[in-house]
Amino acid sequence: MSGSIDRRDFLKLAGLGGVVFASGLGCAAGGYGPAAQEEFHFVQLSDAHWGFEGPAVNPDARGTLPKAIAEVNALAQAPDFIVFTGDLTHTTDDPQERRRRLAGFRDVVRALKNPNVHFMPGEHDAALDRGAAWSEFFGATHYVFDHKGVHFIALDNVSDPAGKIGDEQLAWLKADLDRQADDARIVVFTHRPLFPLYPQWDWATRDGDRALALLMPYRNITVFYGHIHQENHHMTGHIAHHSAKSLIFPLPAPGSMPKREPVKWDPAQPYRGLGYREVEASTPPPEYAITEFPVGS
Amino acid sequence: MHARRRLIAGAAAAALTATVARALFAAPAERVIRVTAHRFLFEPNELTLTKGVPVAIELTSTDVMMGFSVPDFDVRSDIVPGQVTRLRFTPDKTGNFVFLCDVFCGSGHSGMSGVMRVIA
Repeated sequence: MSGSIDRRDFLKLAGLGGVVFASGLGCAAGGYGPAAQEEFHFVQLSDAHWGFEGPAVNPDARGTLPKAIAEVNALAQAPDFIVFTGDLTHTTDDPQERRRRLAGFRDVVRALKNPNVHFMPGEHDAALDRGAAWSEFFGATHYVFDHKGVHFIALDNVSDPAGKIGDEQLAWLKADLDRQADDARIVVFTHRPLFPLYPQWDWATRDGDRALALLMPYRNITVFYGHIHQENHHMTGHIAHHSAKSLIFPLPAPGSMPKREPVKWDPAQPYRGLGYREVEASTPPPEYAITEFPVGS
Repeated sequence: MHARRRLIAGAAAAALTATVARALFAAPAERVIRVTAHRFLFEPNELTLTKGVPVAIELTSTDVMMGFSVPDFDVRSDIVPGQVTRLRFTPDKTGNFVFLCDVFCGSGHSGMSGVMRVIA
């Protein structure tokens, strides 16, 4: 596992509603991938946990997601697409209640003006039935798509309750990567971190090292994920990993507390630590500028 | 006759030396700790181990599939309901370490963890 982000990669720009983070700077000699790539941007939302109840943690549990959606709809520039990186719903042991929560989430996000939305499961949605209920509402749990010269890969590391990608999906990933040029622009979406960020809090993917080994030969890879309810920026070799904030409650920094428990709601700073991000993809060089927006901005 | 006595005495001395050596240099005996998992608790959820003393943690689950993971020692095991699974390792450092269920087991899974104290 390699180290943290270099300071020179971290840019703070005023007046944009948040921190802008430049990522995907790894391409050196050998060009910047296929020509005719366009700049575009997308929005990442994560960890909405629809169905969660806990007034001490979020007294506006049913209002936070709609608020974020309204804010995304009001962005100055409409995103090309929106991605939800998992934990759309809060887990329940009742399969019927799980479906009610998934349906409730789906109904709320219908308010998004942009219908081009990619959904991914989190372990709260999918681990108790291996993604069965989630797939009834949102389809495949892993898939690829291409957009304006970038190849996007959505990896499912949650439907297996052991937090694994699994042999079958890894073979699928390898077959997909075999069709990509070494300098292809590739973005991976996952729920859990692919690297062992803090396994003591289950912030890892058990076979994530196998996925990273498959990705490593490709020069322009960036990973966006959720799960940990806070921003985290990390490099494994030349691969940048960026976790997103939650839309329900923040979690403490890795290992900073004895237990992984939600950060309590602060009435003086409502929605503190909750947010979403806009990612602007540009080239050359292949780069992803991340702007973080707090809920209520 | 003297030669025979010397032979017996020599053999006895050798046996004694071997016994003393075994006592002095043999690995400490493996300690067995039983842990039962059920949704959403380990019992006990505080374990005390001794550095350098091998341990066999005997794991059982009374309801669903669970996991027992101690990331700081890079050891883990599935816990299959109805089976006894033995997780063997020798702690090589002291301190307090988290163990947790690493197989998503239900609505209380995220809080299913305990503390392993390793003493000198």
